[in-house]
Formats: sequence, structure tokens, C-alpha cells
Amino acid sequence: MSGGLIVHRAGPSLTLQDLGRPGYLGFGLSRGGAADRLALAEGAALLGQGDDLAALEMAGMGGDFEAAQDLRIALTGAPMRAAIDGTRIAWNASHALPQGAKLTIGGAETGSYGYLHVGGGFTAPQQLGSCSAHLASGLGTLVQAGTQLDIAQDHAPGMVNRLLPVNSRFEGGEVRVVPSLQTDFFPESEVARFEETDFKRDAKGSRMGVRLTSDDIGFHSDAGLSVLSEVVVPGDIQITGDGTPFVLLSECQTTGGYPRIASVLPCDLPKVVQASPGASLRFRFISLDEAITAERHATAHRKALRGMLAPLVRSPHDIRDLLAYQLISGVTAGDEL
Amino acid sequence: MSNQTQNAPRRSAPGDWPQVRTVGVDGLLVSFGNSLSEPANRAALAFRAALDTSTPDGIEETSTSLVSTYLRFDPLHTDHKELRGKVQAMLDRQDWYKASLPSGRRAWRIPTVFGTDLAPQLDEAAAAAGLTRDEAITSISESRVRVQTIGFAAGQPYLGELDPAWDIPRQKALTDRVPEGALTVAIRQLVLFSVSTPTGWRHIGQTAFRLFRPESDTPFVLRPGDEVRFDPVSRERLAAMQDDPDGGATSKVLT
Repeated sequence: MSGGLIVHRAGPSLTLQDLGRPGYLGFGLSRGGAADRLALAEGAALLGQGDDLAALEMAGMGGDFEAAQDLRIALTGAPMRAAIDGTRIAWNASHALPQGAKLTIGGAETGSYGYLHVGGGFTAPQQLGSCSAHLASGLGTLVQAGTQLDIAQDHAPGMVNRLLPVNSRFEGGEVRVVPSLQTDFFPESEVARFEETDFKRDAKGSRMGVRLTSDDIGFHSDAGLSVLSEVVVPGDIQITGDGTPFVLLSECQTTGGYPRIASVLPCDLPKVVQASPGASLRFRFISLDEAITAERHATAHRKALRGMLAPLVRSPHDIRDLLAYQLISGVTAGDEL
Repeated sequence: MSNQTQNAPRRSAPGDWPQVRTVGVDGLLVSFGNSLSEPANRAALAFRAALDTSTPDGIEETSTSLVSTYLRFDPLHTDHKELRGKVQAMLDRQDWYKASLPSGRRAWRIPTVFGTDLAPQLDEAAAAAGLTRDEAITSISESRVRVQTIGFAAGQPYLGELDPAWDIPRQKALTDRVPEGALTVAIRQLVLFSVSTPTGWRHIGQTAFRLFRPESDTPFVLRPGDEVRFDPVSRERLAAMQDDPDGGATSKVLT
């Protein structure tokens, strides 16, 4: 095979992720897909392509890569230290990665999941309509050193050096929740205490869910350990037998027996997903109507991303091989508007 | 905390079912009871089938759990009130508790090693149920249980209903990991695991049955409504079936 992106060194948890596999909930398979869906939309905006294309999701740590063909890349999600041939490059930006160029991506400086997108998107054999790895179900695999990732045809090859201003979502903060089907299993005093508690995102976390810790005692429900298993959706905050809350994420189970005290708004879920280990999180209940309004704003924001792109201005000092650059032609392909 | 009343089904008197509740921001759950019963399970399966046939506008996905039908929709396209109205109209159309089981159901027999080091919690589970080990094996293996729902993990069945003696709670602390094919018990139900995972259910038997086969044309093997018996076999016999994805299981169509 020629072309694509060669993986020379891989962080411990690299997987290809797209929007996942909706439609299999009734068969026990959760949708999965990118842990931070907003990052997929941001990468799509930066590269001028659809947000349904697969990107490389990097949990905590990136890797060393080499372009086996001329490529465009974009970097989104948790900012990681990245360089092309030793020159530091900007995060939340798109860059050219010419054939033979080496891309190095280090550990997350803040946040949890970084994303590497390529023009055209990565391709891999589809299983049940998606190439997302869903490791909990045995679908797909970790991307490991020595892999050469296939890339589909790039339809906007000229569009690079764009920057997307992104509000930080990596330091925790306030997360909006709605009451859900089992909120009422908890005494009102426990629900109120939940809302008042300062939580920290535990270092333990996966694509299935993140654990929340606090100095307070665990949360008690009246439901006990014999409640019927009921449908689970991403964003649900499950309270396990010892009173510990877990926020369930895209690769969560489809049903579960532990009662759920609340459900995080889909548009606020990236904040939980991306909170750095140890970051503070607080939860605030809002009404369903307020939640719908918030989702409407978030959808409008995702649609507006393309209009927010700015040219990526690089200081000539950062450009080691300035004279090697074609400074006149190729600034724009002319087909990107 | 607004919305508490709207989402408060638990303290309702019996007879108030079915109930419609919200799930997160973009889901509705139609529940046919708050405890497992055969009519409620059938109602949930039938109501989902009806939703999938008539698909009110805006619905993106449906599923069933034990006694509930779930639907996910786009709340920016269809508002809650409108969809609730449509769902309620469908509920009022017939007595869902009298619906028949799905067609094309099958009867499975799945070879199972009870206890031994392969399934180390048989004795503990038997004691919790007030049975001796042999009584426990007889009770489970002679129960013809039905797939009440597929959930938690891909292709994974919840089966029931067992004798009342098996109304034992889940463990407080999770078992670190049960293997694929593990048969586990709690609250008068069996769960046969399709993946290796932590669980609060007690591990009483081990099978070599693969429930999720992503490479196959029928990736999800069991379906709600299927009937299953777990036949006791020796470790040696199970070991000989390891290479068979069915783990020695057989099935015939129920008529």
C-alpha cells in the first residue's frame, strides 16, 4: 500500500472515530463514535469537509506520524504539543503535511482527547456502517505503531493554514443537566446535595464513562440494588452501589441497573469528556425547555464554525526554512468559497 | 429542580401504567410497569414494533428494555409535547399488555458448565437463594427462560423469569471481570455476557456461546422472545466446543 499516513509511534489509546453507529441500541450496541463530537465538527470546518469523516482520536497522548502522500491535517480537541519536522505548529488549525514530512504530537497540555483530522478523512473497513473503534464491543482496534492509515480522496486540497478560535472546554466548570427518568429515585435532599457538590474528574476514565470524586460522602438512592435494568444514554450520571457518580459517555452500556441521578445536556458533554483529570465539575439542573434552547444554540454554533475561520498567521521567525517556501502561488486553490 | 413532577412515576399507584417519561434531552421512555412481568415485557416489544412500523415523524431510533420502549428523536425538529401526544394516541389505541410475542421466535439449548473455577460464584449465589448447590443447578437448568431484552452490551440477553428464590440483589461491589459467555444471576434474571466486563451480577455458569459476531451476516444472535435452556455439561465437554461459535448450542424455530 502506498499513500496515507504512517504511524511510527503511537500513544496508548489511539483509535479511529467518526459519528458512530446509531440504530443498534435495540441490539445492545451503543452508538459510540468520537468522545468529543464538537471536535469532529471543528476539524470538519477547518478542512472544509463533512463532519461524518473519521479522525484519529488520541486519549491523553499523540504519536509520531509521517505523510506518505501530500496531506492536509487539522488538530482539534485537547491541545497537545505538536510539530511538523521539528517546528511547533498551532492547535485548532489546519496545516499542510507534504509527503515525507514528520508530524509529532506529544501529551495533552490540558484536556483529555485530542484529534488529528486529514483532508478526505481516514478510511478503514466499516463494520455495521462505521469505522469507529468500539473496543468494549470488540469492534475495530487500537491504532498501533507500524500501521499505515488509509485516507480517502481530499476534495479541498488547497485549503490550509486556517485557525479556528475555540472556547476552552478543558478545565471543567459548570455543566448543565436535566432530570431524567430515575432522578426521582433519589430523595430531594440528595439531589440538592448533588447540585451543590464540587466534583473532580477522576484520573480513571475511558470512552465508556468518567468517574467523579468529591470530599463528600456517596449519594444514596431509595432504589437499592434490585432496580430493574433500564435504558442508558450518553450523558447519564449513574450512581454505583457505593454512591460514586459516573458520567456515561459515547461508548457506554445500553442498559443498566444503577440508578441515574441526572443527564448531562449533549452540548455540555464535551466539557465532561475533555475535563483534565482533577478538574472541578459542578452540575446545575435546568428545565427541559431551557435544555432545548441550549441545544439549539449549540447546533447553530456548530453550523457557524466555518464562518469563524481566520487565516493562520505564522511569525517568520518560526519558519525555519523560509526560503524553501513557495510564497506566491498556492495561497488559495480558489475553490474553497 | 423543575420538572420533578413530570418525571415522577415511582410513587404512583398501580394502574397508572403505561407511563411516558423523558430520557435526557432527546428521548422518551414508555414504561409498562415498574417491575418485570410477562405482559409488560410483551407490551414493550409490541409497542416498539408498532413505533417502527408507523414511525411518527422525527423518531431516530427505538429499542426496548425489560418493560419499556425507548425512542430517541430530534427535539429541535419535533417538540416533546407533540411527540408525547402522538405516543399517547398510540398507547390508547389498544391493550398493549395483551399483544402477542414477536414471530419467528426460537428455542435454544446452550451447554453450560455450572460452578467450578470457571464460574466461581455458584455456591455464593445458591446460598443467597437459600438453595444447595445441586438444587441451584437443577433450578436454573430446568427453567425455560425467555430473552426479555437485549442490552448492556452488543447482543447480550437478559433472560427470565426464574423462581422467586432467585430474587437476590446484585453485589454491592463489582466483580472485576467476567469472561465472554459467562452466565450470571440476580433479581430472578439471568444475563449471559457477550463481552468480558466488570459486573455486579454473580457468575454461576460458563458457556462457549458467542452472542455478538460482527463479521457475520447475523451479528446479533439472540432476539427478544427467544427461549433458552442452559444444559449442564462437564468442563471437558465445554472445552471441546470452544472452537464452535455456537459453543455446542442448538436452536429450533418455535411454532
